[in-house]
Amino acid sequence: MSNVGIVIVSHSPLVAEGTADMVRQMVGDEVPLAWCGGNGEGGLGTSVGAIMEAIDKAWSEAGVAILVDLGGAETNSEMAVEMIGEPRASRIVICNAPIVEGAVMAATEASGGASLQDVVATAHELAPA
Amino acid sequence: MTNVAPASLPTLIAAAADTIAAHADELTALDQAIGDGDHGLNMKRGFEAVRAEADAFAAKPLPEALKAVGMKLVMTVGGASGPLYGTLLMTLGKEWPATQDRVSVAEALRKAVDAVAARGKSQAGQKTMLDVLYPVQAALVEGKNLPEIAAIADAAAEATIPMKAIRGRASFLGDRSIGHMDAGARSSALLVRAVVETLGDV
Repeated sequence: MSNVGIVIVSHSPLVAEGTADMVRQMVGDEVPLAWCGGNGEGGLGTSVGAIMEAIDKAWSEAGVAILVDLGGAETNSEMAVEMIGEPRASRIVICNAPIVEGAVMAATEASGGASLQDVVATAHELAPA
Repeated sequence: MTNVAPASLPTLIAAAADTIAAHADELTALDQAIGDGDHGLNMKRGFEAVRAEADAFAAKPLPEALKAVGMKLVMTVGGASGPLYGTLLMTLGKEWPATQDRVSVAEALRKAVDAVAARGKSQAGQKTMLDVLYPVQAALVEGKNLPEIAAIADAAAEATIPMKAIRGRASFLGDRSIGHMDAGARSSALLVRAVVETLGDV
């Protein structure tokens, strides 16, 4: 699929999965989508390994936009992108946007075939100034 | 500067994992005050995972072992402290000097702490682990002995109490973060003490 992929990373698997459900309802299967959440032991947290797997799953040649909730999700996502390395790393962007609204708006933009840059810009419009 | 032989790595790892395990509840309590309350458990999970493979790490040359331990922390801690401590050790391994005189090791440590600052988009004075790591690095530059370095680390962690958090979850609290010790600063001081006490016994 050539549409930009969306990855949702929350400390809570319930938040991540619920956000993904909302995205699916909006855009169906038009957008590669993956989510991850939790520390791997059933607790709250984020896992670099799980984020890397989610990026693989949602991978698109057009790139991947990641939506995160709190600080640790961002730091772990940055680490995951770095570990994935080039040539893919420069086509993965972590969005500065609220996770639910950002994921839905980014996916809607992506479903129309927008570029990674435009998908990310749409999500960033939601960020508090 | 004590030359760290790879053979002492399992002892170092055990000392680090022991102090984290012994203080896990305290770290969690500190983190509950101004963070999200997962620091103790996260660090314990990461360091126990490192302990479980201590012999495999020790079989590698020290720079490679440091990188591998850092990577293990990245993959197992489950919070932001994983990439932060992981980056510290991975960079230290990458920059580890061929000859381990004090100046060369201090320079490698400076690069490693700078990498943590870059990873966390932070700097000294923002109530983080950097507020312990930079003073420890400076102490090494100044040629302080091992007990002095441990004492400096403890004092530096204490000095985060009146600071106002600007980075991380604690920054959401603004002025309310003042009056609590930063959990990452505390875990850094604990690890510094564990390392220097182990090296001091060599």
